[in-house]
Amino acid sequence: MANNVDALYIFLLVVSALMSLAIFTMVVFFAVRYRKQAGRSAEQIDGSHALEITWSVIPFCVFMVFFGWGAALYFKERKPPENSAEVYTVAKQWMWKFEHMEGQREINELHVPVGRDVKMIMTSQDVIHSFFVPAFRIKQDVLPGRYTVAWFHATKPGTYHLFCAEYCGTLHSGMVGSVVVMEPKDYQAWLGGGGNQPLAVTGQRLFSELGCVTCHRSDTQGRGPNLAGLFSKPVLLEDGRTVAADENYLRESILTPAAKIVSGFKPIMPTFQGQISDEQLNALVAYVKSLGQQSDATGGRGIAAATSQP
Amino acid sequence: MATAVLETGERETYLNKEYGIKSWLLTVDHKRIALLYLMGITFFFFIGGFFALLIRLELLTPAGDLVQADTYNKLFTMHGQVMIFFFLIPAVPAVLGNFLIPIMIGAKDLAFPRINLLSWYIYIIGGMLMLYTILNGGVDTGWTFYVPLSTEFLKTQVVTAALAVFISGFSSILTGLNFIVTIHRMRAPGMTWNRLPLFVWAHYATSIIQVLGTPVVAIAIALVALERVFHLGIFNPSLGGDPLLFQHLFWFYSHPAVYIMILPGMGIISEIVCCFSRKRIFGYKAMALALVGIAVVGFLVWAHHMFVAGISLYAALIFSILSYFVAVPSAIKVFNWTSTMYKGSITYQTPMLYAFGFIGLFTMGGLTGLFLAALGVDVHVTDTYFVVAHFHYIMVGGMVMAYLGGMHFWWPKISGRMYPEGWGRLAALLVFAGFNLTFFPQFILGYLGMPRRYWDYSHSPEFQILNVLSTAGATILAVGYLLPMVYFLWSMRYGKPAPDNPWNAAGLEWTIPSPPSTFNFDEQPVVTWEAYNYDEIEKEVPVAQ
Amino acid sequence: MHNSPIATANHEAHENPALLHHFATEEQQKNAASLGMWIFLVTEIMFFGGMFCAYLVYRYWYFGDFGTASSSLDLTLGTVNTVVLICSSLTVAMAVRCAQVGKQKAIVVYLLLTIVLGLAFLGIKAIEYKQKFDENHVPGLAGFHLEGHIPRHPDIPVNQQHAQIYFSLYFAMTGMHALHMIIGVGLFTYLAYKASKGVYRPGYYTPLENGGLYWHFVDIVWIYLFPLLYLIDRHP
Repeated sequence: MANNVDALYIFLLVVSALMSLAIFTMVVFFAVRYRKQAGRSAEQIDGSHALEITWSVIPFCVFMVFFGWGAALYFKERKPPENSAEVYTVAKQWMWKFEHMEGQREINELHVPVGRDVKMIMTSQDVIHSFFVPAFRIKQDVLPGRYTVAWFHATKPGTYHLFCAEYCGTLHSGMVGSVVVMEPKDYQAWLGGGGNQPLAVTGQRLFSELGCVTCHRSDTQGRGPNLAGLFSKPVLLEDGRTVAADENYLRESILTPAAKIVSGFKPIMPTFQGQISDEQLNALVAYVKSLGQQSDATGGRGIAAATSQP
Repeated sequence: MATAVLETGERETYLNKEYGIKSWLLTVDHKRIALLYLMGITFFFFIGGFFALLIRLELLTPAGDLVQADTYNKLFTMHGQVMIFFFLIPAVPAVLGNFLIPIMIGAKDLAFPRINLLSWYIYIIGGMLMLYTILNGGVDTGWTFYVPLSTEFLKTQVVTAALAVFISGFSSILTGLNFIVTIHRMRAPGMTWNRLPLFVWAHYATSIIQVLGTPVVAIAIALVALERVFHLGIFNPSLGGDPLLFQHLFWFYSHPAVYIMILPGMGIISEIVCCFSRKRIFGYKAMALALVGIAVVGFLVWAHHMFVAGISLYAALIFSILSYFVAVPSAIKVFNWTSTMYKGSITYQTPMLYAFGFIGLFTMGGLTGLFLAALGVDVHVTDTYFVVAHFHYIMVGGMVMAYLGGMHFWWPKISGRMYPEGWGRLAALLVFAGFNLTFFPQFILGYLGMPRRYWDYSHSPEFQILNVLSTAGATILAVGYLLPMVYFLWSMRYGKPAPDNPWNAAGLEWTIPSPPSTFNFDEQPVVTWEAYNYDEIEKEVPVAQ
Repeated sequence: MHNSPIATANHEAHENPALLHHFATEEQQKNAASLGMWIFLVTEIMFFGGMFCAYLVYRYWYFGDFGTASSSLDLTLGTVNTVVLICSSLTVAMAVRCAQVGKQKAIVVYLLLTIVLGLAFLGIKAIEYKQKFDENHVPGLAGFHLEGHIPRHPDIPVNQQHAQIYFSLYFAMTGMHALHMIIGVGLFTYLAYKASKGVYRPGYYTPLENGGLYWHFVDIVWIYLFPLLYLIDRHP
């Protein structure tokens, strides 16, 4: 990806340099060639429609090329590929907290394997921060109260700067770290040493401890919707809207359940706002995402009839 | 009524008509009000500049060793607030616009002289609040006041800073209102819209933005202040609010604000280029339309400041393409200025040197804007020194140079004195050189990944060399800015008295004495000629004064 | 654009003390003043517009909570206030009409009526604000609590945070409106004083007209505020 961004950047650079050079040359040339000289006075020229149109249309077309190319890049940048490895991130003043699906926790340093798509699912505990890795040419603001997502695909092992790029208070410039890209076997080795509980397992434990399992059962008897296979499916709400069950939906359902009631269910779920930390929330979300990758056969109440999704 | 003569035998001008502080503080003469503003904005320019110098000194070394982190954060915040709200936005309209617009259209004063004075008092009150903020601990929100940082997490003078900005906004609104009514209703007979100098068109377009945009940021900042004081949750996610709503409301003004800052400068450049090329502007209608076009389309692009903020993909696409639309009229203007020089008879007085500098630097700044409008590239360079360089190229390389060019061009008219031409040219060259050395390295720094608003970059010492170059440039720039202060003041006592029209320029302001009398014209002019009628007036700029 | 050499201007100036020195004719002065007031009102639209924008966003997101919060406002007082304000616009229009036909005393009467109605509005607003204080519906205070449930959903209690956002907007928008009314009342006091001195007559009533424009604008803002704040999801 980085190379693609650089390609557009270089194209912009070349066109800009040519344009600047053209203007500078003309200005200097005219300034010298048409300087005041005895025996010659200025020639009044009102304008030229043809020229105005030409130098409006041609730049416009060039700009549209910039736009199209930039938009194409942006589309890719904003859509993480399926099956990316996921890392949950909690940003706070003034540090980065990472949690791998396998359970590893890191502060300010992120280890990833080379050659894999990595998706960062990020939230902030306090103010707006921004996850910026110049080497990967990615940047994404990290907001309190919701998840934002960034992804990258590292192609070369090494250690790369990580900066916070949204002013966040006193030690904004201290909120730096690194992304350590490792060969796959080194990464496995690093993962192995730790005996951590995978994130989704932590989530499962919480799901049980917090009582979620009493209502969200895996059969049709629960007072809450069955969550198996829920993630990324459309959900029919009782006010008629259909929403996608993405990470932000899951997060909102835990913190403000009354905001979106699933069709056919009662609004009895209590809110967990203020009772769980961002990290615990991440674990729960990771757990729910991991449930029932196969399509559910329960025809569960409330989940959109499109269970025939491939 | 003939031009009055005082008891001393000198001609009565707006300067010597009355002496004493009361005659200045209670004046309704647009020319005196312009000078009152000049004092204010010059004062704030040097305060903002002082903060900039401290910032650049800190950045000489990677470690944060000159000031503490909190102090540094206050420095860049207040540098931005002071420069934007108390210098850039008022500078050309309130000084040169106030002074020249009535004269350029053949009127005795603005439509609402007392509101003009009120505007100045409001500006001063806002300015005093800003000073109070600075002297009482300062504020460190960033000039953008992003929430929830500024509402929930900072302990500094956020509310007084917000109030200062809020109040100064009304000064801007009233000035814009005054200009619009003046240009519509006070033109002399024969001064049709198609004969207006582009300086006037530029201020008309600027005033539209001031009038429509400023109230929105006023309310955004007022809500931030209310939220902070009363612990409301309008923008605070932990209370159900949305921090992005603030960003939308803020940028809805703050993007058009940059056009408030640059359009008047473009007006100045048109006047200068025509005079020192002895030519009518190339493509008058296109130039006037471009000014209004920039003002209108400029209202539609605000979220290009938010491409990585969490807006939807489709919103980003729309704002990106609109941002490219707004670039077209700006490009047209650069081409037209260049074409105006073609087959002209060009001389290199100080104002023209500033105009050359403007054309070059504005072009570069504008082109780098195209980088930022490209979504894929913006993701990498936004919030880095690339953006800092981009906007300083436009605002300093563009706007401040245009302002200085205009001050030199009209100084004889305003003060009745000539400035020393040799020093003028030296200062222009120093400013140009210093500027480029300060800000060009920052493009590179930004692409390499140095984020903005960083007090300490000791984790990335590779950024140091470019920072050192930048600081070196800043010191040269500072000298370049101090020189005009000194010689303009000097010229008021010792400068050669200026004739009515030292440049043989076109425009009604050059048909009256320097300095003008209080009511500008002895007889209301009746205009029968087109703008920039350089074919009809004296052929050349007189030889160096 | 009328052509009027300075000579005519000087002549007119002697005849009409209301003509300011920098205008050539009375007509130019009147046109300038009117245009100025209209532009000022446009800036006011933008000013209130920011808050309406915030309102629209949150109402869309939190419709149910907004509905419940809206129902907690006193509909009777709100309606009375709406009628009061509309009447005050009538009295202002009458004042301008009287100036046009030269009924000097009536101008003062109508202006005083306008002031009285304006003060009545503010008084009722103060009562409403006090009600909100007493009922603990003031956002940002520790004791805030809005009773009730989402309309048509007896089992979903209202979300306190979303309700606080509603009330934040309620106080901000009606507060800003009230501030404009206070300024308007002050303005009319001054105009009434001038009217009592006989300043306004068929040939010169521009300040009255422009003051009236301002007041009508403040009225129109209320016409929008009333349904948006008081009538969300109300059913008989």
